Amino acid sequence: MSVTIDVAHRAGAFDLELRETVPAGFTALVGPSGSGKTTTLNIIAGLVRPARAVVTMGDEVWADTARGTWVPPHRRRVGYVFQEPRLFPHFTVRQNLLYGRGLQPEDATAITTGEVIQLLSLGTLLDRRPARLSGGEQQRVALGRVLLANPQLLLLDEPLASVDQAHRLEILPYLDRFREAHRIPTIYVTHTWAEVAGRADHVIELASGRVVESTRR
Amino acid sequence: MSLSDAEWSIVWLSLKVAVVATLASAIPAIGVAWLLARGRFWGRTALNVLVHIPLVVPPVVTGYVLLRVFGRRGPVGAWLEQYLGLQFSFRWTGAALAAAVMAFPLVVRAIRLGIEHVDRKVEESAATLGASPWWVFLTITLPLALPGLLAGLLIGFAKALGEFGATITFVSNIPGETQTLALAIYTQIERPGGEAAATRLIWLSVVLSVLALVASELMIRRQQRSDA
Repeated sequence: MSVTIDVAHRAGAFDLELRETVPAGFTALVGPSGSGKTTTLNIIAGLVRPARAVVTMGDEVWADTARGTWVPPHRRRVGYVFQEPRLFPHFTVRQNLLYGRGLQPEDATAITTGEVIQLLSLGTLLDRRPARLSGGEQQRVALGRVLLANPQLLLLDEPLASVDQAHRLEILPYLDRFREAHRIPTIYVTHTWAEVAGRADHVIELASGRVVESTRR
Repeated sequence: MSLSDAEWSIVWLSLKVAVVATLASAIPAIGVAWLLARGRFWGRTALNVLVHIPLVVPPVVTGYVLLRVFGRRGPVGAWLEQYLGLQFSFRWTGAALAAAVMAFPLVVRAIRLGIEHVDRKVEESAATLGASPWWVFLTITLPLALPGLLAGLLIGFAKALGEFGATITFVSNIPGETQTLALAIYTQIERPGGEAAATRLIWLSVVLSVLALVASELMIRRQQRSDA
């Protein structure tokens, strides 16, 4: 399954114009800040609605502005880990983890709650509120919450920026295993080359809202 | 001081009117507050102005408009009486309606502030997890806006408890039916030799209002503690 995106979007002085096919596998999206990486993820997730866009995922059309097609974010089954954890402050860690679970279609191959809790070392945090977690702990919960929602596409926007070094090294191999087991395409935005080197099947480099390089490895 | 039967019935009627007015305006107020806080549609400014009209026009005007619209020969009033058996004019239900309309802008303002305080980014993350806009509202926005919601309902209750001008214009001042605390105080003040009775009622209204205020402060504080 691959994602295709063909958009023209303008917000104030910033404009983004790109046409790319993101193949299944691991795609690194790199570029300086302000180059349009996060906006691209937001368009794929349906959080930003551009003036002109065609976005498809496999054989599903998520957006086709010329035909008036628009699938809202909650029907896209995108697992989006934002730069900030964006946890639900009024829920415990456990409630945060399970929020998306009941909202998605059941799937026998879906990862179990126990696996997520174990692999992200969340066992001791389950009854706490997000306000009582460190930044790194919050981000691990955010990642677990996304995996448990059984996504068909992962969008990771510098997901490890707030995670400490030790957990970063633990989480990355786990993400690899998750992606391989579930064969879901992943788009990974980062400034840290080390996080994607050796993983990326495809690297897209953006600058000022344009693709400057797109290479398969 | 012990209350006479007449005083009890005034207190009881005032509470009934204020509670019904607050509860009846809660759902519409939440809806309007959400539209004003989050909606992007043509006519939003017009809606905002419309909601605030009872706050800025003289209460006697609001009462008169209610009389013309919801009175027995008013377009809405006649319809409601014929099809739903609901009658407002010169009834306690009319007092509740007048109180609700007068309190509405204050309730909407407080709830709107509560909703605007909720981080839209958190709502977005709920949407990407599969929550429909309606589910996001129920499970994320509304619980996080709860302090604003409680504050809004309380200020609405307090306003409804003290409403005077629109009430007396719309449903008159009928003992046992529409004579709430504020109207009863007015009656006693106008009556020669009524000062003593008026003073008792004034103390009563102060005590009720302060109790409501303290209750709301406690509720909001409890809510804040459970969030921490």
